[in-house]
Amino acid sequence: MATSAETIRRINTDAPVLTFFQGPNILPHVKIKARIMDKKKMERAIARIGQEILERNKSAEDLVLIGIRSRGVPLAERIAAAIEEAESVKVPRGSLDITMYRDDIHAGSSHPQVHKTDIPFPINEKDVILIDDVLFTGRTIRAALDSLIDFGRPRTIQLAVLIDRGHRELPIRADYVGKILPTSRKEIVHVHLHETDGHDEVLIAEGES
Amino acid sequence: MQLKSRHLLGIEHLDKAEIELILDTAASFKEVSTREIKKVPTLRGKTVVTLFYEVSTRTRTSFELAAKRLSADTVSISTSTSSVQKGETLVDTVRNLEAMKPDYFVVRHSCSGAALMISRISQASIVNAGDGSHEHPTQALLDAFTMRERKGDISKLRVAIIGDIRHSRVVRSNILLLRKLGADVHIAGPATLLPPGMDRLGVTVTSDIGVAIRNADVVMMLRIQQERMDKSFFPSLREFAMYYGLTRERMRLAKSDAIIMHPGPINRGVEIDHELADCDRSVILDQTENGVAVRMAVLYLLAGGNPAGEAS
Repeated sequence: MATSAETIRRINTDAPVLTFFQGPNILPHVKIKARIMDKKKMERAIARIGQEILERNKSAEDLVLIGIRSRGVPLAERIAAAIEEAESVKVPRGSLDITMYRDDIHAGSSHPQVHKTDIPFPINEKDVILIDDVLFTGRTIRAALDSLIDFGRPRTIQLAVLIDRGHRELPIRADYVGKILPTSRKEIVHVHLHETDGHDEVLIAEGES
Repeated sequence: MQLKSRHLLGIEHLDKAEIELILDTAASFKEVSTREIKKVPTLRGKTVVTLFYEVSTRTRTSFELAAKRLSADTVSISTSTSSVQKGETLVDTVRNLEAMKPDYFVVRHSCSGAALMISRISQASIVNAGDGSHEHPTQALLDAFTMRERKGDISKLRVAIIGDIRHSRVVRSNILLLRKLGADVHIAGPATLLPPGMDRLGVTVTSDIGVAIRNADVVMMLRIQQERMDKSFFPSLREFAMYYGLTRERMRLAKSDAIIMHPGPINRGVEIDHELADCDRSVILDQTENGVAVRMAVLYLLAGGNPAGEAS
């Protein structure tokens, strides 16, 4: 996995042009370039992440899954369900809102709404799997790490993401990746989940110009 | 969504959406106080000056804890230990403190309008922590937060507010807020403590405590503010307690699941009986607990306020 960031950097030297999108455009206000994942592919990616988490952590007993709001939360739920199915253990899940830990709050800027953090179990000496939909600059993960450490001292913190789109601004990498997706910085990756958006898919769209 | 003003001077200047934004944000911040490490870095590097020209335990502590839990630095100034004793005016005090570049002033003063006046000369965000008998917006917000937490949708509630209406800034802020959220508000007190024109605020006014309490979801008792009484408004505290104190019998008139609120400090045996203040329907300590979350939300939301949108 250590080479994944490296790979992305290499691919990203030329922004890819994806033109094979054929499906219905459910976001009329944005220009969709490609459909990266459908329901089937997403299910497979999630099952594989669950499998990899179990392989890497010898025991599932100490695993806790924490989703980053908003779409990391249902993803955590699905990955936890996959692990529980394979291993017949109960995996605690929590949710984390990183707004209070952002590095861009200052006068004059519009404030993001603060949502609830809910980690109703101790994380000391646990293997915490932090889960988000898209890994981009890494700033969200930096905030999430700071936040988690205020809750205790886990044995390990590992990161699982559905999409790694590159363009890191901090030295952060994911341990489990659903799909590595080379993008240009201007493009927007839309992750739609059944729980939050009514259907499962990942789209890549042209950014506002 | 953010607040239109960078100051919180009163509920008067807030609209319904802004009130709901503050309450929703407070619900998220409440969790921080339940952690082992009760601190988040949200307002790191900000400075909050609490400037209290009147005594206070709850409000000042609540604001200071709110600021500290958001990692802001706090400085507290009270009149008894400051240059106010040497005759410095409020404006001079503020200008001097301002030179040390604070980001917020939390102000309590016995003059109505003190916070507004400071907001006109200061670059910092001003939070009114009580100005005379005018407004005490964070108290009304924490009261609404507690009502919502205990009873749900405020627009469906019947709220009775009893006692010293005349001198209470809490009641003014509460009426404004509850009306903006659509609650049915009934106020009661002795005629001498009911200022004229309250009915224009959209509330039902009565001098009979029983009429106000009947079918209420929330019974809010106010403190008799003897420090603001320049003359005699009722014959004796005992007589006031007899006609306007909350007793078990009077509480029976309210809905069976009604809650009892009081902004504190309580005059036990005057506005409220001992046993009622401590009973399981009393949410007085919830109010105090929620005060910290509400003030965290206010400090957070004002940090992003738009300087162009200040209340004038």
